[in-house]
Amino acid sequence: MITSYDIVIIGGGPAGLAAAISAYDSGARNIVIVERDERLGGILNQCIHNGFGLTRFKESLTGPEYSGRFIEEIKKRNISYLLNTAVLSLTKDKQLTLINAEKGIFNVKAKAVILAMGCRERSKGALNIAGSRPAGIFSAGTAQVYLNLKGYLPGKRVVILGSGDIGLIMARRMTLEGAKVLAVCELMPYSSGLKRNIKQCLEDFDIPLYLSHTITKIEGDKRVSGVVVSKVDENKKPIPGSEIHFDCDTVLFSVGLIPENELSTGASVELSPKTKGAIVYQNRETKVEGIFACGNVLQVHDLVDFVSEESEIAGKSAADYVLNGAKEKNGIAVNAGMNINYVLPQIIDKNQKGHVKLFFRVSNTFKDCVIKVASGDEILLTKKKKVAVPGEMETLILTEEKIALSQGEIKVWLEEEGI
Amino acid sequence: MSEIIRLTCIECPLGCDIEVTKNENGLDIKGNSCPRGKIYAQNEITMPKRVLTTTVRCENGGLVAVKTSAPVNKSDLLDLMQVINKCVAKLPVKIGDVIIKDLVEGVNLIATDNREVK
Repeated sequence: MITSYDIVIIGGGPAGLAAAISAYDSGARNIVIVERDERLGGILNQCIHNGFGLTRFKESLTGPEYSGRFIEEIKKRNISYLLNTAVLSLTKDKQLTLINAEKGIFNVKAKAVILAMGCRERSKGALNIAGSRPAGIFSAGTAQVYLNLKGYLPGKRVVILGSGDIGLIMARRMTLEGAKVLAVCELMPYSSGLKRNIKQCLEDFDIPLYLSHTITKIEGDKRVSGVVVSKVDENKKPIPGSEIHFDCDTVLFSVGLIPENELSTGASVELSPKTKGAIVYQNRETKVEGIFACGNVLQVHDLVDFVSEESEIAGKSAADYVLNGAKEKNGIAVNAGMNINYVLPQIIDKNQKGHVKLFFRVSNTFKDCVIKVASGDEILLTKKKKVAVPGEMETLILTEEKIALSQGEIKVWLEEEGI
Repeated sequence: MSEIIRLTCIECPLGCDIEVTKNENGLDIKGNSCPRGKIYAQNEITMPKRVLTTTVRCENGGLVAVKTSAPVNKSDLLDLMQVINKCVAKLPVKIGDVIIKDLVEGVNLIATDNREVK
């Protein structure tokens, strides 16, 4: 006997939790969350720093406090979840193969599936740095697990490559626990981390940030013994003669996140080469009917508050699909134009009611610029920005009326003023 | 004689650039988008404060995440870590439980996660 569910949610992190609650509150009942870890909460369990929830709860919560609020709501509604259970495969017709220690390998069927697997860290291997393979090289997130969940300090003298938020947070965290963070190196001329984290994680502890610098060599045999850091030119090529040497025993990499979409591609879900996540309609349905996606598996967000918001859309849509069946779509493409990296959703279904919040990232740092949205010759929206940076996700609301005006492709682009 | 100090607000992800002008009449604060930013800037000039988040060892050998119930003096963070790292939490622990009472005057160390007895 194959167990059948109305909605199977893959992943019990912030996306999966919010999607489950929203699906339940929209009328769905036969829901299960599948989580591979031993507890719900996902990445928030290791994010013990504060700053979460300011948008949603108007207070600054730590990661476990933020997820704790959602887990309480899950329990109140008696929504079922499987822990220590991994999804091995997902098919286009929504059959899932699961595995856990109790039942071994088993199959379940779903009417709708919500992809909420989150993302993983880009590894050193993807970066091509000279050196052998000594101990002491970690992704920032792995170091975070060791320190915050297991209680081990991964090293005492640390150099961090990449100034993303996780790297900045770990610079502070390791300093508080007694390590010396010698440098944070960033390949780009700007940090991809939030300004507040540059201030409270680096400047507070006098940790130097080297912009336009990268690690060109990792030294050490059994354990890291040092690194060579070089300045890079405008083409990101190391400049000979600019080398700085650091004696260190640990290197952390905080060099970006990649949505974890192996299951999605197995189900023939089409991905965007830009976001590395699914191509979706505004209700977060992928091009495979009845499969929805939300959170960092769809697009890497800056703030968990936005993950929750997006996942509520996916949960509500999945419940609607299960309760009311599939509806005919009238999709128009939303494309990224000049100076825009990507726009999400990639398709707007004109048959769906309501406003659509467009999420997008600009491709570079811009000052005094204007963002425009148009369909054909019709300018739908313009928004002036003093500063726009790739590290901060931008949003615009496209009203139902504007969508009705759109004939054919909708385009979003950025113009620099004075050009 | 007035002095201008530039700050990055850490209260929320916006990270406002705040400009504080220090003169004989006190502080003139510009650039904040909300009242929290004003309080932050005032504190930052007189006595910078931070919420400290870290972990505490539990009696079963595991860890539980904790934070200070209010911002504490930034200059005390490393000293407070010494005190906190000597402490052992009794189980079970629930979010909001006081782990160290009066860590510094009026500020407690409280749990930010749940841990069962096992």
